[in-house]
Amino acid sequence: MRRVALLILGAGPAGLAAACEARAQGLEVLLLDENAAAGGQVHRAVGGFYRPEASAPGAAQAREGLALIQAASASGAECRFGATLWAVQADGTVSWSEGGAAHQSRAERLLLCPGAIERAVPIPGWTLPGVMGVGAAQILLKTAGLLPEGNVWLAGQGPLLWLYAAQLLAKGGRPAGILDLSPKGVPWRAAPHLPMALRAPGYLAQGLAWMWRVRRAGIPVIRARDVAALGEGRLTGLRFDGRQVPADLLLLHDGVVPNTQITRAMPGCAHVWDRPQACFRPVLDEWGNTSLDDVMVAGDGGGVGGARAAALSGRIAALEAARALGRLSPEQRDALAGPLLHRRAAELAPRALLDAMFPPLPLGRVANATILCRCEEVSAGRVRAAAALGAQGPNQLKAFLRAGMGACQGRICGPAVHAAMAEALGVAPGRLEALRTRFPTKPITVGELAGLGSG
Amino acid sequence: MFRRTAPTDCTITWNGTELAAREGESLAATLLAAGITHFRDTAVSGAPRGPLCMMGACFDCLVEVEGVANRQACLVPVTPGLETRLQHGARAAGP
Repeated sequence: MRRVALLILGAGPAGLAAACEARAQGLEVLLLDENAAAGGQVHRAVGGFYRPEASAPGAAQAREGLALIQAASASGAECRFGATLWAVQADGTVSWSEGGAAHQSRAERLLLCPGAIERAVPIPGWTLPGVMGVGAAQILLKTAGLLPEGNVWLAGQGPLLWLYAAQLLAKGGRPAGILDLSPKGVPWRAAPHLPMALRAPGYLAQGLAWMWRVRRAGIPVIRARDVAALGEGRLTGLRFDGRQVPADLLLLHDGVVPNTQITRAMPGCAHVWDRPQACFRPVLDEWGNTSLDDVMVAGDGGGVGGARAAALSGRIAALEAARALGRLSPEQRDALAGPLLHRRAAELAPRALLDAMFPPLPLGRVANATILCRCEEVSAGRVRAAAALGAQGPNQLKAFLRAGMGACQGRICGPAVHAAMAEALGVAPGRLEALRTRFPTKPITVGELAGLGSG
Repeated sequence: MFRRTAPTDCTITWNGTELAAREGESLAATLLAAGITHFRDTAVSGAPRGPLCMMGACFDCLVEVEGVANRQACLVPVTPGLETRLQHGARAAGP
């Protein structure tokens, strides 16, 4: 089997920056990504429909993305796209599928940069075709130049919702309205975090500029408490706070959560419930080491911090990998990493304010009839009933209801089912074990598996 | 529901009907641009579903591609002439 010094999963900001730094330290690097090109979600298809035009919302980020992608492709790292990782073994063997065939490589050190996924927003009717994530619509804009038209509604909260709304307007789109589901009275609770956030004032200015663009364009911004998607077979309308409006497309957003699908499948890899962000994240030291030897995590997959913090974490992790593989002494690593650690702290400064401004929407309000687990079509009421019957946590809930056992393997419903179970049992979410995942974390065919034996 | 801001350059088929597409875009983007939101019927209740996440996480965009079921339409790049179909319920085992 082929051996490689550092295998990096994910070609987003963390993985790309890590590849550059690891190559600079002389490490052999194999970078795998499921997508067709580099960039991850934030820099997806940058340079195509999504360009760093001076006045465009998100232009500075696009420039940084282009620079990072160019640097990584010139770094000498072997970058493989359309390569879906599906297993990691304790001895460092990594299995992935690419072009319909399975491949394996043994990595001396593994750096996982799996990024984040949009947090589920379980509202009545959210399984109807025509209801999507705001991030999903942004991907369609970036990769295919698709602009939503007709009665387009955005609902939820968080920076991405405002960025996308501003991008839409800049491209000539026009949402029918924005339903702001963020809780009232937030600024007061967020106030203590403001001085810290002002260490990186650019983020706040940028967010306010996006909101200002939307309001200046005259898009109705309606503060709502509850929203339901209506329709038979597909979305045709919305109901919020007693009002009903026609809708062709509803885009939901409630922030993003770390993608821990792979780390949770690795026996002994410790995770902790992140209270402000209401999700699990792997336990990491300042370098990105997990509780497992030779396995590291960088970027939003280790805790949501945004693209710039992710790129810095990637470089920091690569320096630590170089130390672990004998390329740098601890002193050399520390000297190189010092300024990066400092810059990362500055980039993370506004997170506490953002967390306080946009706490995840409370699950207690989710009606019993609303589906939590989309794949197995398990409602919140059935989760609560299972808890009342004695289900001890999300893992035992699988035996009761198959929640989290469908095609997505709990990627979408995981945090919501976990929080609903904790609430029903009256315990802190961190007291319940995270939904265990299993390899293969992505479906593979029998043919792919069998091919490994003959290869 | 969505409109294109760039011209199409090839066609694919969806349930035997020709659709305009751009080579290299995701199959999910092609279908949505053609006004199709119903990608599959669920295996549990037969309810219609379309894409939610567009990034390979939700598995709600599963369709049949070139006779192979359970393909994530958001991760399948379009090639000219690609034959695709709506997926009813669970995938059927191949021969």
